[in-house]
Amino acid sequence: MAELLSGTDLSLLRGERCLFEGLNFALSAGELLLVQGPNGSGKTCLLRSIAGLTGLETGYISWQGVPTERDRQSFSAEVVWMAHRVGFKGDLTLIENLRFETGLRSATLGGIDEILARLGISRLTELPLRCLSAGQQRRVALARMLISDARLWLMDEPFTNLDAAGQTLVVDLISEHLAKDGACVMAAHRELEISVPVQRIQLQ
Amino acid sequence: MWKFLHKLASPPHFYDLSAKIIPWFSVGALAFIAYGTIAGLFFAPADYQQGDAFRIIYVHVPAAYLSMLAYTAMAVSAGIGLIWRMKLAHAVAAAAAPLGAWFTFLALATGSIWGRPMWGTWWEWGDPRLTSELIMLFLYFGYMALRGAIDDTAKADRASAVLALVGAVNIPIIHFSVEWWSSLHQGPTLVREGGPAIVPAMMYPLLAMIIGFSLLFAALLLARVRSEVLYRERRTHWVRKLLMPSEEST
Amino acid sequence: MNSDEAKIPGLWHGLRSIVRRDLLLAWKRPGDMLNPLFFFAMVSALFPLAVGPSAEQLAISGPGVLWVAALLAALLSLNSLFLNDYEDGSLDQIILSPQPLPLLALGKSVSHWLVSGLPLVIVSPLVAMTFRMPVETVGVLMVTLVFGTISLSLLGSIGAALTVGLNRGNALLSLLILPLAMPVLIFGARTVSLAAADDAVAAGIYFLAAYCMLAITFAPFAAAAALKISNE
Repeated sequence: MAELLSGTDLSLLRGERCLFEGLNFALSAGELLLVQGPNGSGKTCLLRSIAGLTGLETGYISWQGVPTERDRQSFSAEVVWMAHRVGFKGDLTLIENLRFETGLRSATLGGIDEILARLGISRLTELPLRCLSAGQQRRVALARMLISDARLWLMDEPFTNLDAAGQTLVVDLISEHLAKDGACVMAAHRELEISVPVQRIQLQ
Repeated sequence: MWKFLHKLASPPHFYDLSAKIIPWFSVGALAFIAYGTIAGLFFAPADYQQGDAFRIIYVHVPAAYLSMLAYTAMAVSAGIGLIWRMKLAHAVAAAAAPLGAWFTFLALATGSIWGRPMWGTWWEWGDPRLTSELIMLFLYFGYMALRGAIDDTAKADRASAVLALVGAVNIPIIHFSVEWWSSLHQGPTLVREGGPAIVPAMMYPLLAMIIGFSLLFAALLLARVRSEVLYRERRTHWVRKLLMPSEEST
Repeated sequence: MNSDEAKIPGLWHGLRSIVRRDLLLAWKRPGDMLNPLFFFAMVSALFPLAVGPSAEQLAISGPGVLWVAALLAALLSLNSLFLNDYEDGSLDQIILSPQPLPLLALGKSVSHWLVSGLPLVIVSPLVAMTFRMPVETVGVLMVTLVFGTISLSLLGSIGAALTVGLNRGNALLSLLILPLAMPVLIFGARTVSLAAADDAVAAGIYFLAAYCMLAITFAPFAAAAALKISNE
């Protein structure tokens, strides 16, 4: 299968500390890259540098063989980013927030009803987002990934704040995404039960 | 050419090279400033209108010139650092800012002292060039404050570089608007249509002072960049070897 | 999933959606919009209280006072331009959008002006009247304020982007932006003064318009570069 995302000779310093050095990976469509390590080991930083939010000390990320620095736009069009902070406006409703997404990136509200039903947040559409619980807000962040047709999901600790059902749901959603030739990079500090090809990066 | 530039940009090489250049600049600065001071204070004729008070231009004009030159140096190296990601260029920009601020302050102080006999006041708002210098000083303060507010050096470098470039675009506009705002000051002294307006005996010391100040700036800048480089590269092998040769050999 | 034909929304759509979102947010929190306006009115009111009610003096200092008050009011609201987006993580999403970041920065400036600059222009005649400004001069004041506040929203977006996420960001923002805003203040206030003295005002208005165009052209790029650096 064709190589989708690769990193070559990545290293990153944070202030005085070296988070990782000489890191390489190559991810194909349908694969999950699991970035593991204790707190403060640089999982988030690695994800942010893959996304292009943080500059790397050395090395480069390639998307379909093209360095992302060279064609930032077509790479960005293929990425959705799920971070610790959900990145929504607390004053706006769920639908208003998601509608803003459709202006930012390739996404459609066409199948929104089924998506919200599946995520169990159908009845929350009229409330300002700050009235939702942390777990419910995470589910809205999942909705952002589902309405977009990006192939690469970058997820930083997606299980945080989710109940058991929610965590199972995340695993199912990732499996389905990978089955549709997508790819996923996930930072997690714990082991994961999932029946897809998994690569691992262990950070110290 | 590129190879030479690349080599120059490597911190250890710069550190060695600058050590050789600084004495030359310092001696040159001393010679020019000494000539300019003596000739300007004792041999240049007194101005027929301003008397001996005009002699402060031998400090005021070079300082004002240097306040611009330092900003230019800062903005250019900040731009180089931002575009080509050259760390040495960022170190130059960081080192140039306080020097520029000092020269600006000197220009303001001497201008104010000059204003006392000329206009009978320490501060004349109607003078566009003093006002421009004041805004210039604020620009330097802003640059240094932004740098000071960001902990991460690499981030501070790039953020302040953006500010330096925005400031560089704005400086001509600021000067233009301040000129428009008021026109009380005497016209430019050195460059004027139909040749300089002052006699050679007055002008040569002034030129010598401008060259001397520029050399002084270059020497101070290099010395500051040296210490900046040492600080920034403190974790590297070559700095450790330089500072603690015995520890390295054991 | 059709991966080879990613449908990135058009530039116009991107600009419109960020402006619409920010206007919606301002609508839900009208305080953010009204505070700079009250501030503008109050600073303008402080001045006559401080120097005395002499009509002559007020007429002379009116343009300057109104312009300084407008500048400070614009600064007051600039601090939060990117701060909320930075704090809730929206800024990550905006930077990672395939839309060009300068376009989105421009959108932020546009909505900032619509929320803070435009109301100020609309209210300014009321405040100007208390300074005994003649009606023709009020027209000039409004024109200069239109160009001036647009320029300030754009220039300020650079400062706000540079200081987002820093402690003491607010004071620093003023320190960075005020010297850069000096030409706008000079031309704005002087043009109104000239108008009050029945002098020619075209030069000042042309300058402000030109500055405004320059800011629209370059400021979004500088702000975008600064945002990327600040959000690392």
